[in-house]
Amino acid sequence: MKKLLSIFAVVAFAFSAHAGTLDDVKNRGFLKCGVTTGLAGFAAPDDSGEWAGLDADMCRAVAVAVFGDRSKVEFITTTGKSRFPTLASGEVDMLARNTTWTISRDVNLGFEFVGVNFYDGQGFMVPSALGVSSATELDGATVCIQTGTTTELNLADFFRLNGISYEALPIETNDEGKENLFAGRCDVYTTDASGLSSTRAAASNPDKWKVLPEIISKEPLGPLVRHGDHQWGDVVRWSLNAMIIAEELGVTSENVDAQMSSNVPEVLRLLGVEGNYGEMLELSNDWAYQIIKQIGNYSESYEANVGPDTPLEIARGLNALWTQGGILYAPPFR
Amino acid sequence: MRSNLGFFSDEKFRSIFFQTLVVGLFALGLLFVISTTSYNLEKRNIATGWSFLQNPAGFDISFSPFLEFKSTDTHLKVYFVGVLNTLLVSVTGCIAATILGFILGIIRLSSNWLLSRLVYVYVEFSRNVPLLLQIILWYSILIQLPRVKQSLQVLDVFYISNRGLYSPRPIFESGFSYVSIAIVLALISSFLINRWAKKRQDKTGQQFPVFSSTIGLIFIVPLILFFILGSPLSFEHPELKGFNFKGGLVIRPEFIAMFLALSIYTAAFISEIVRAGIMSVSKGQREASAAIGLKQTWIMRLIIIPQALRVIVPPLTSQYLNLTKNSSLGIAVGYADLVHGFGGISLNQTGQAIECMAIVMATYLSISLTISFFMNIYNRSIQFKEK
Repeated sequence: MKKLLSIFAVVAFAFSAHAGTLDDVKNRGFLKCGVTTGLAGFAAPDDSGEWAGLDADMCRAVAVAVFGDRSKVEFITTTGKSRFPTLASGEVDMLARNTTWTISRDVNLGFEFVGVNFYDGQGFMVPSALGVSSATELDGATVCIQTGTTTELNLADFFRLNGISYEALPIETNDEGKENLFAGRCDVYTTDASGLSSTRAAASNPDKWKVLPEIISKEPLGPLVRHGDHQWGDVVRWSLNAMIIAEELGVTSENVDAQMSSNVPEVLRLLGVEGNYGEMLELSNDWAYQIIKQIGNYSESYEANVGPDTPLEIARGLNALWTQGGILYAPPFR
Repeated sequence: MRSNLGFFSDEKFRSIFFQTLVVGLFALGLLFVISTTSYNLEKRNIATGWSFLQNPAGFDISFSPFLEFKSTDTHLKVYFVGVLNTLLVSVTGCIAATILGFILGIIRLSSNWLLSRLVYVYVEFSRNVPLLLQIILWYSILIQLPRVKQSLQVLDVFYISNRGLYSPRPIFESGFSYVSIAIVLALISSFLINRWAKKRQDKTGQQFPVFSSTIGLIFIVPLILFFILGSPLSFEHPELKGFNFKGGLVIRPEFIAMFLALSIYTAAFISEIVRAGIMSVSKGQREASAAIGLKQTWIMRLIIIPQALRVIVPPLTSQYLNLTKNSSLGIAVGYADLVHGFGGISLNQTGQAIECMAIVMATYLSISLTISFFMNIYNRSIQFKEK
C-alpha cells in the first residue's frame, strides 16, 4: 500500500510539476492572457476585431518581452467569477483584468499581484433624470452590482456605514449591468469609476447618465500571476515597470531609436544597450526596447485607451507619475 | 495451465473477479483524484477547510423571502438562503408544471382538432428550445415592463413594473390564530368525512354530498368565525416612496422568469407523459365503462386516470428531478438560488471552490434523493394491487 501511494505521489507530481510558466509560454509559442468579457478602454475588441485597451496592452507588453512580437498573445475572456479559477488552473498564464489587489486574493487565493496598472475607486452612476446629486441620497434604491467583486463588498459596507438601505440586483457582466440600468430595472450601477466612464461612453446618449462624486473605495487594479513562480512574476512585473520607467525617462515609441544613443545611463540600461538585465530575466536583452517600440510607454497606452481624448475621458489623476502629482511609481532600473 | 484455465472458466469466480477489478480500479481512480487535488492545492498555497463558513459574507442578497439576511451574516446563512430559494422555485415550478402538464396532456388527446394542434405546437416549441434561452427570453420580456415610477396599477392594490409585482401583505392580528385552528380542524374533519362516506357507499350504496359539505366546513365555518372575531386581518399596502415601493409583498421578475420558464418547459414533457399514460389504458376499458353508463368525467376520474398513473408516475419523478436541477440556471438572470449565491458569490469571495462545490453538489443530491424517495412511496401506493 505504501508503495502504491508513493507511485501515486510520483504520478501526481508528474502531472502537476511543470517547468516554469516562462518556459511553458516559450514552448507554446504564444501567451495566454485572461481579460474581461469586454470593457472599453481596458480590454475590448476594437472596430477591426483586435483586442485593445490598457489591460490588452499589458498582455501585449508581456508577449513582446517574451517573443518580441505583439501578436503572440491569445486573449481569453473571463467573468468576474471565472477569472480566478481560470488562472489557478493554468488555463491562462496571467490575468490583466481590472482586478483589485487585496490581501485575501494575494495571500489566500494563491496569487501574486505584480503591480498596479490603474489606480481606481468605486463610484456610482445614475440617470441624470433621477435628480440625485450624492450617493448618500440613495436610500431604498435598487443597485446593479457585479457579483464576486470587491465592489460588492464595498457597497454593503458603504450603505451599512451610512445607515441607509438598498436592494442589490446581482449581475454577471458589465453588459448585463448596462442593460439593466438602461431598462430601469435598477436605479444605480456601481463599479470602478473607470468602468462607469466606459459604460457611460458606450451609451447612446451619455448626457442622460451621471457619475456621482463619491468614490467609496480604493481599487488598485493590476496584473496577477500564480503564486510561487517568481521568475514568471518578475517578467510580468518588469514588463509593466518598463513602461512606467520609459514614461519617466521620456522614452516613447516615436523616439526610442534615437534614445539608443542617449547619454542618460538609465535609458541605456532600459533599452539593453548597457548591462544584461534581459539575461537576468531569461529574455532577450532588447525586451524593454521592443515593448516601448511596439506598445509605447505607459503614458502612450493611457492616452490612447482611457485618456481625456478618448470617449472615456479619464484624467490622469492618481495615475499620473509621482513626479506629476500622481502615485505611479516604479522601482529604479538598475 | 490447464487447471488455471478451468478455474477462470468458472462463472462464479469470473463474476467476482471482474467485479472486484472494477471496484478496485474505481477506488484507485478516486484515490488518484483526491491525492492529486490535495497535492496541487498545497503546492499553490490555496487554503482549504471549512472555517470560511463562519466568516461574515460581506455582501447582500436582495431576494430572501424566508430569512432576513444582512451583509454581516455568515456564508453558512448564504447557503441556507440559497437552499430555500432553490426549493421555492422548484416546488412552485413542479406544482405548476404538473397542473399545466396534465391539462395539456388531456387536451392533446381531445377530438377538437384546433385545440390538440395548438398543444402540439406548444409542446414541440417548448421542449425543443434550450431552457436557458427560454429563461432569458422571459426575463428580457419582464424587464421591458414599465419602470417603477410608471407602474401599471391593477384593481387599485397591485402594481406591476419591471421591479416585480407588488401586492398588499396580509397582517394577521391576535384573533386570527383561532381562524387558522378552525381551518386545520375543518381540513381534518373533511378528510374523515370523506373516508366515512366512502365506506358507507361501499356498504350501502348510499351517497353522501361530500363535496358541498367539505366546502362548507373549510370555507364557511372559518369565515363566520372570522367575522365574529371582528375581522382580525389587515393589509399593508405597497407605497411608492423614493426609489422603490415600500411595504407589501413583492414577487421579483427574476423569480417570475425562472418560474415561468421552468414550469412551461417541464409541462411540455409532462403533457407527453400524461398523454402516453392515458393512451396506455386499453380502449376496452373506456368502452366498458361507457357501456355501464358512467358519465364522461367519471370515466376519466375513476377508470382511466388511476390506471394511467401507474405509467405516468415513474417518468414524472424524473421530470421533477430535472426541474429541480434545472433551477440552477437561475444564475443566468441573477435569481439568488443555491448555485448563484453560495456556489457563486461565496465561492468567489472566499476562493474555496472545492468546498463550496462539494456542498452544493451534496445538497442537490440530497434534494433529488428526497424527491425520489417520496415519489417512490407514492408510486407504490398507486400500483395495481392484486388481491
